[in-house]
Amino acid sequence: MRVATLFLLGAALVVPIGATRADAPPRQGWGEPLTADELRPFDITVFPDGAKLPPGSGTPTQGEAIYRQRCAWCHGPTGVEGPASRLVGADGFFEWSDPLRAIRIVKNPVLALSMGGQWPYATSVFDYVRRAMPHTAPKSLSNDEVYAVSAYLLHRNGLVGRDEVMDAKSLPLVLMPGAARTVSAWPLEGTGRAPSPTSEKAGSR
Amino acid sequence: MEQRPDERGTARWSRRALLTGGGAGVVAALAGAGRAARAEPTNAVPPWMRAPGGPDEEYGRPSTYEAHVRRVRRPAPPERAVMSSWRTPLEHQRGIITPSGLHFSVHHNGVPAIDPSAHRLMVHGMVERPLRWDLEQLLRYPMVSRIHFLECAGNTGANAVMPMPLQAGCQELFGEVSCSEWTGVPLRVLLEEAGLKPGASWVVAEGADGGSHARSLPLKKLLDDAMVALFQNGERLRPSQGYPVRLLVPGWEGNVNVKWLHRLEVSDRPAFTKDESGMYTQILEDGRLERFAFTMEVKSVITRPSGGQLTAPPGRPTEIAGLAWSGRGKIARVDVSVDGGTTWHPATLGGPVLDRAFTTFSLPWTWDGKPALLLSRAEDEHGVVQPSRSRWKARYAAHSYNHYNAIQAWAVGADGTVENRYA
Ligand code: HEC
Repeated sequence: MRVATLFLLGAALVVPIGATRADAPPRQGWGEPLTADELRPFDITVFPDGAKLPPGSGTPTQGEAIYRQRCAWCHGPTGVEGPASRLVGADGFFEWSDPLRAIRIVKNPVLALSMGGQWPYATSVFDYVRRAMPHTAPKSLSNDEVYAVSAYLLHRNGLVGRDEVMDAKSLPLVLMPGAARTVSAWPLEGTGRAPSPTSEKAGSR
Repeated sequence: MEQRPDERGTARWSRRALLTGGGAGVVAALAGAGRAARAEPTNAVPPWMRAPGGPDEEYGRPSTYEAHVRRVRRPAPPERAVMSSWRTPLEHQRGIITPSGLHFSVHHNGVPAIDPSAHRLMVHGMVERPLRWDLEQLLRYPMVSRIHFLECAGNTGANAVMPMPLQAGCQELFGEVSCSEWTGVPLRVLLEEAGLKPGASWVVAEGADGGSHARSLPLKKLLDDAMVALFQNGERLRPSQGYPVRLLVPGWEGNVNVKWLHRLEVSDRPAFTKDESGMYTQILEDGRLERFAFTMEVKSVITRPSGGQLTAPPGRPTEIAGLAWSGRGKIARVDVSVDGGTTWHPATLGGPVLDRAFTTFSLPWTWDGKPALLLSRAEDEHGVVQPSRSRWKARYAAHSYNHYNAIQAWAVGADGTVENRYA
């Protein structure tokens, strides 16, 4: 009798821990339901297909004014000069259209990279500027302003026309040069428990 | 205030010691005791043996004589002042645990001053039950402890891209890697409490810092071994390491170990956040961009003697010692060469040898006083071996610097100085 009670108790304790499938009853834990209202102010991640892009719009012309005022002092008058990350043109050490590049890279190595050359999706420009820029006052731009300044950066990269309207519909359609250059090491490289085809970069004795 | 890189100070002192004090001076300088004015040893009983000692303090600190062992902030132009890299003085570390205050950190948006009572962790997206936890609730879960290294994807990047080797020491060149004991709740427990929906395969992890740092991570890895870490080396996380809660993703690049973790959005695809779009990708030799290469591959560095130091004088036994680690598992062996790779000698691994943790190695060495080229080559339990620099470079474009794990060479000159060298 005693043994049986203990056994039943044990089973009661074990069952919720083992219940991991989605259709299983809720696990016993300490989490509280998260309401839509609680989540809303933080739900800012935008996906490449445009999912989660907010209402609003802006054009490169509108964005140019914002860029001059809020961004140029760090990213340079044309988005090329730095000192902060390069937003326009190709990545690499050399570029014919930018003869001073090598000198700038010595001072600011991150200028060897470039958003214009590397990023695969225009939605990421909106996502990042909204969450993090300008660096000293993140989340201070309105959605319209973020659309506008993103449109301006895309225009500077020759990807959209001067008065093209960027909004939740048009932004995901902009093709970025980084997309065609993409290869994904995941899932090839695995969870990191065993060697993978990408470990091939390593040598052998 | 800008702190001066310590290894340069060591080298300056040591050279002077070599000129004036001879061998004994060099040994003293190497031992690290030579920086402050040194009292000549006498037969007198020292003052601290003739009086009671002072009080202790509530939160202990290292000896004031060890004040030179500190993180060095890598100089950055003022415009970028909020983005900074603080590097671990690896050449001073003995053993596998980096003290919490010396753990490296790279901050893209500074260190937020988070009030834990106002902090929430949220899980939502493709889950049955969107959930949130405050710190009190998180602290009630059964916890696990694991010793793991953390390495910035860009660690040692200077050796990847600089045409000539940068003359610097371990701290400057290798200091974006550290190793700690981390304690927290397996992320799997929290995700399963929320209930994963069919088709869920990625999670976007986000921090509560000014820039809302975010990275997309494969769910498979997170369910395997990721942790919501609350403690480092036995105490609550330091603000610089993500207080009050961070993500720990064993073996994967530092940038995905999201500090100040506050939101996990479960999805069926990555979001291509800023860091997976540009800065934390590799540019392959043919110009293609390799994304989502998370694992930090096998790597090692000789910390003694290393760049900027002075080797012990010739003729008497000392050691070549260092640290090895692999994002794929345990270190199986480390071979050391003193002749630039012509001959190799198996080093002794110090215990414990743990999964994806620093492992110490040591080879007894008596320097013959001639120029030497010191190399270390680590191999992990899967037989993956560190590549040569030229082999590593052949895979990537000239400006690609992330995930550099090539064999490091330190050149010992006839005067005992140690320099960074490409071999
Ligand atoms: C105070 C200086 C500063 C200002 C002002 C500033 N930025 Fe930045 N920006 C930075 C820094 C520093 C980074 C790099 C941050 C990092 O690496 O995490 C950056 C990164 C970026 C990036 C990502 C680049 C890449 O390739 O990773 C974009 C896009 C960007 N900024 C856009 C803007 C826009 C648009 C504005 C104006 C609304 C702006 N920035 C204002 C400093 C600034």
